[in-house]
Amino acid sequence: MTPFLMEMAWLVLKGVMALTFIAVSAMFLIWLERKVSARIQNRVGPMITGFHGALQSVADTVKLLLKENIVPTGADFWVWWLAPFFVAVPAIMVFVCMPFGPSAIVCDLNVGILFMCSVTSVSVLGIFMAGWGSSNKYSLLGGMRSAAQIISYEVPLLLSILVVVMEAGTLSMQGIVHAQEAGWFFLKPNLLVAFIIYIISATAEVNRVPFDIPEAESELVAGYHTEYSGMKFAMFFVAEYTNFFIIAGIAATLFLGGWLGPLAPSPVWFLLKAYGIIFFLMWVRWTLPRLRMDQMMSFAWKGLTPVALLNVLVTGWLLVIKG
Amino acid sequence: MQTVLPDYIPIMFFCLLGIGFVGSAFVVSWLLRPKAPSSEKCAPYECGEIVRGTARIQFNIRFYLIALIFVIFDVEILFTIPWAVVFQKMGMQAYLDMVAFIVVLALGLVYAWKKGALEWQ
Repeated sequence: MTPFLMEMAWLVLKGVMALTFIAVSAMFLIWLERKVSARIQNRVGPMITGFHGALQSVADTVKLLLKENIVPTGADFWVWWLAPFFVAVPAIMVFVCMPFGPSAIVCDLNVGILFMCSVTSVSVLGIFMAGWGSSNKYSLLGGMRSAAQIISYEVPLLLSILVVVMEAGTLSMQGIVHAQEAGWFFLKPNLLVAFIIYIISATAEVNRVPFDIPEAESELVAGYHTEYSGMKFAMFFVAEYTNFFIIAGIAATLFLGGWLGPLAPSPVWFLLKAYGIIFFLMWVRWTLPRLRMDQMMSFAWKGLTPVALLNVLVTGWLLVIKG
Repeated sequence: MQTVLPDYIPIMFFCLLGIGFVGSAFVVSWLLRPKAPSSEKCAPYECGEIVRGTARIQFNIRFYLIALIFVIFDVEILFTIPWAVVFQKMGMQAYLDMVAFIVVLALGLVYAWKKGALEWQ
């Protein structure tokens, strides 16, 4: 009984640490996005609250906490009310097997990457519930488009992850990192292709520019979360930036060697790689224009999916003739 | 460290943690926020115009087609994942089996493409 209680206490501690990390990381990323976008557009961004606006996100959280909750007339109340849960809870659950270091992981599941992919897919439900429940035309269109986009890009995303699983021969996140001790995966040509497909589809998965049709401000106001205010809006925002960190963390683990690296402690390497990818995607966001809906869908089905399927076959062939 | 707890305990714990996190944020905000709804304030946002009609509109059939194709591909990938883990130990035979499977699927994609299911007007 005692080892059981010990491990339960350890699990609670890890949970609190993960939750703290999620909250701080989301706030940091929101601040970083504002600063990076400001620099790219030759502005300075938030400067007043704290050193270079570092406390701006904290001030925003307090403001959102105090904002009135507006239930739109004709809303499907329970669907509308539960949607933030369906979006934010999966984003927190993914941290069960996010490998920050050789022992800095909550639980190294033997189906790690499969678990992560399946749990993140649940957020599509939340997005569609938000769109449907809001009783708003913009929300409905945003939710529909978002669901179509996310499921379309899920296919090349999973196919590129499949290539990594074939190479590593395991689904465990730590196992995939250990398989890269001989050389990081993106150095091999077939895995570099998979890495590029992964980055493009993951950008679409989190609805970021150039794939931000669901939230295209100039046509759909704010997409599926148009009718959300206060803390409910904040939950969508936290989930969005947590998912952003998750895709960068998965990319770092699968292709860039995860926490592997010389000299510095392993969590530093993991965070360095993840935030490097995040910075790159922010740079992309504030550089490229938005794609059109039909261009985006045909790019997923006619461009990325055939290439990803071919990549699976080529990788299989390379591995079979090698061993 | 994880030796006694089954693998699903952390997953369940994190699920509850997430629900608790979102729920407590809602409760705190419910205690602090003003509550003064009015019919204008609660009207669905339509750029300030008076709302016309319902939001439960008919949407494009394309969304269903995309969802159908997605289900086929998703199930296929789910079949492929166990194969990807072990095929290196099973050699050429396992590889050729999967080539046949993926080729059949690719033919399905070509069929959907030719039929125009992937077009988006």
